[in-house]
Amino acid sequence: MCKAFGPVRANDDISLALAKGKIHGIVGENGAGKTTLMNVLYGCQRADAGEIYINGARRSLRSSAAAIRAGIGMVHQHFMLVDNFSVLENIMLGCERGMFLGANSPGPRRARAELQRLAAEYKLRADPDALTGDLPVGAQQRVEMLKTLVRGAEILILDEPTGALTPQEADDLFRILRVIRGQGKTVVLITHKLREIMAVSDRVTVMRDGRVVAVRETRDTNAGELSELMVGRAVATESRTAPPRRDSGTALTVKNLRVRDRHRVVRVRDVNLSLRSGEILGVAGVAGNGQSELLEALAGMCRVDGGEIVFHRGGGGGGGDGQGEAAAGSSPSQLRAKGVAHVPEDRRATGMVAFESASHAAILGYHREAQYRRGRNPRGIFFDWPFIGAQTRRRMDEFDVRPPLPEIRAAQFSGGNQQKLILAREMVREPRVLLIGQPTRGVDIGAIEFIHRKILTLRDQGSAILLVSVELEEILALADRIVVMFNGAVVGETPAAAADEKQLGRWMAGVRDEG
Amino acid sequence: MPSLEIVLSVLDSSVRLAVPLVFAALAGLYSERSGVVDIGLEGKMLAAAFAAAAAAGVTQSAWLGLCAGVAASCALALVHGFACITHKGDHIVSGMAVNILAFGLTVILGVAWFAQGGRTPFLGSEARFGALVFPGADAVAPLPLLGPVYRELLSGHNILVYLAFACVGATAWALYRTRFGLRLRAVGENPAAVDTAGISVAFLRYRAVLICGILCGFAGAYLSTAQGAAFISGMTAGKGFIALAAMIFGKWRPWPVLSACLLFGFFEASAAHIQGVSLPLVGAVPVQAVQALPYLFTVVILAGFFGAAVAPRAAGKPYTRGEH
Repeated sequence: MCKAFGPVRANDDISLALAKGKIHGIVGENGAGKTTLMNVLYGCQRADAGEIYINGARRSLRSSAAAIRAGIGMVHQHFMLVDNFSVLENIMLGCERGMFLGANSPGPRRARAELQRLAAEYKLRADPDALTGDLPVGAQQRVEMLKTLVRGAEILILDEPTGALTPQEADDLFRILRVIRGQGKTVVLITHKLREIMAVSDRVTVMRDGRVVAVRETRDTNAGELSELMVGRAVATESRTAPPRRDSGTALTVKNLRVRDRHRVVRVRDVNLSLRSGEILGVAGVAGNGQSELLEALAGMCRVDGGEIVFHRGGGGGGGDGQGEAAAGSSPSQLRAKGVAHVPEDRRATGMVAFESASHAAILGYHREAQYRRGRNPRGIFFDWPFIGAQTRRRMDEFDVRPPLPEIRAAQFSGGNQQKLILAREMVREPRVLLIGQPTRGVDIGAIEFIHRKILTLRDQGSAILLVSVELEEILALADRIVVMFNGAVVGETPAAAADEKQLGRWMAGVRDEG
Repeated sequence: MPSLEIVLSVLDSSVRLAVPLVFAALAGLYSERSGVVDIGLEGKMLAAAFAAAAAAGVTQSAWLGLCAGVAASCALALVHGFACITHKGDHIVSGMAVNILAFGLTVILGVAWFAQGGRTPFLGSEARFGALVFPGADAVAPLPLLGPVYRELLSGHNILVYLAFACVGATAWALYRTRFGLRLRAVGENPAAVDTAGISVAFLRYRAVLICGILCGFAGAYLSTAQGAAFISGMTAGKGFIALAAMIFGKWRPWPVLSACLLFGFFEASAAHIQGVSLPLVGAVPVQAVQALPYLFTVVILAGFFGAAVAPRAAGKPYTRGEH
């Protein structure tokens, strides 16, 4: 199978064989062609060349409708559900069985019966009358799977299914997938998380640069081999260059911080934190437990309802608190002036203006500095674009942003390169405090490695770093100290060296320590 | 204490004035529920009013006039659909273009064809929709309360009035009890869900936009061939926008939309009645103040009083596969 977009060969002569009744993993970095392959299989895009056979018969999958008829079901990474529909309505959409849908029409009646049957057969329970948008993410995913099963899918494709799940919900999903396999159906699991592939798949296909580079039986391989195959070279595991400096001073103190969102719901409740220079504090937790709001409050992006935020003046060693500056209520630009840098969680929405140039993204937030104005006049009203372009170019080289072209639009860079551009902006000034959210979300392995190295280097230079990430592995790889947030509060804290993954998992699920 | 007669007369004109709003607001409801924002209701009504009056004037048939009105309105609806659905253009810009186009074209064509300064020829009773008198309307008239209500309020309207009310019920049924309605509601909330279920987003939206055109056609024809007896340039006078306000006020649901239209119709009717009348305590109320009430109410609703008015989530956003 081949598919090209202009000069880019997204899928280059892909051949794939799926055996019935097995769980197949497809792994690859972002941009390896997984999504294109999946879109072709589900009829969203037409292949340039190639053939698809199902049970020995050649099928042409010209549309999603054709793919559904051929017995292919897809669970997308972003769920394809209508939030203000009942579960039943979501299940029926597209397979209503008849024009009329009154409560006693055959369509809804049969859909209900079908749901009951599937609940028993696959242990997939869902209340047909619940409002879909109110369900937790794991339950919404079950609705997506029910949708495909109601349509009679024999081949189930799941795209990054565990992205938004807690470890417990993910285990639940794997259990369901094994039941589905037990019923003789075929499951395709597309992911970049190797641990999941190792846990649940029977066979794994590795993709790189639009090609299939390897097919392995899962029991004959290991995560190390797979990641090398994905990247095409050996991947170094992060190594710390220096232990944290214990004598360094406190850089940030947070006391009883309280943040409410615009619906007046408390998002951060009475959080106390302290952060020392030359230390990385990792904030772990399942997405949506207040970490984002904590980060925004510290960065001056949302209103603080109570408590104190104090950024201490750099005084080096001694461990004394030095004089502090209360910062609750400061604006992001006031904070930047104090040496507090922020790499936001959502780089496209808050980190940059996607439709402007890379040069624009590279100075955003620091654009008031005199060096960027024509004539170096702090009150000048014109930007010195040639200078900005040249500086951006140098930073792109330094941070390995590809392609190193300052004039092209920020949106045209891949996620990893956008992130490196933002990191360059925030890191070159060697901030006293760096607040960083989800530094490697949607970033490929090669770039993750680079970004992690840069973060560690900055720590070694003495910056205090607050790292918020939903990837526990990332926290474990980088942090010196770990706090876990649940429902807006800090439920546990441990030095990284003594961290126990099971204990962290219990904290993430909201279980506090005894006593 | 106002007499029953005045109350009935105000209510009667409320109903008459609400009818074009009902058609147009339902038109907007179909369009926006499918995800296509339509501020071109006004323009489509105007074009339909002109086409209906012109055709009725030439053929001397109200029904042919209605057909012409619907056709003109649908043509503009398809232009809007072509811009917004096929070419993924900006819905507001396209809607505004439809308004401007209709406003200019009706005047130019009116002058060119009829040479009456933009008016169309005055329609006789045979070329208009006349009143339908219910059986026994006169017989029950002497009954207290019930008689006059039956005679004045229920009976004696033209067929489009009854059609408007029927359309509300039909819309409520279609929206919540049919396959088309399920898909329509889904495509306005999450078109990607519809697309991946194997249903064409574009075809679904085109059908919704066409229904919008048909209903705007009824609204326009009502203005020039049922309520009025000729087309006058700019005769919709902002009714398309009031209908849009009613649709939001009714939170994109058929029955609340009907209530909103009746309320706004009542404001308009009372504006005519209180002109020059000095009310106790407040004195003479300027007509403009009453005319502004629908907009005022809509702002209040949009500001989140009486529960939030939440538009269909995908409204105004062109759908491109793979982006959400």
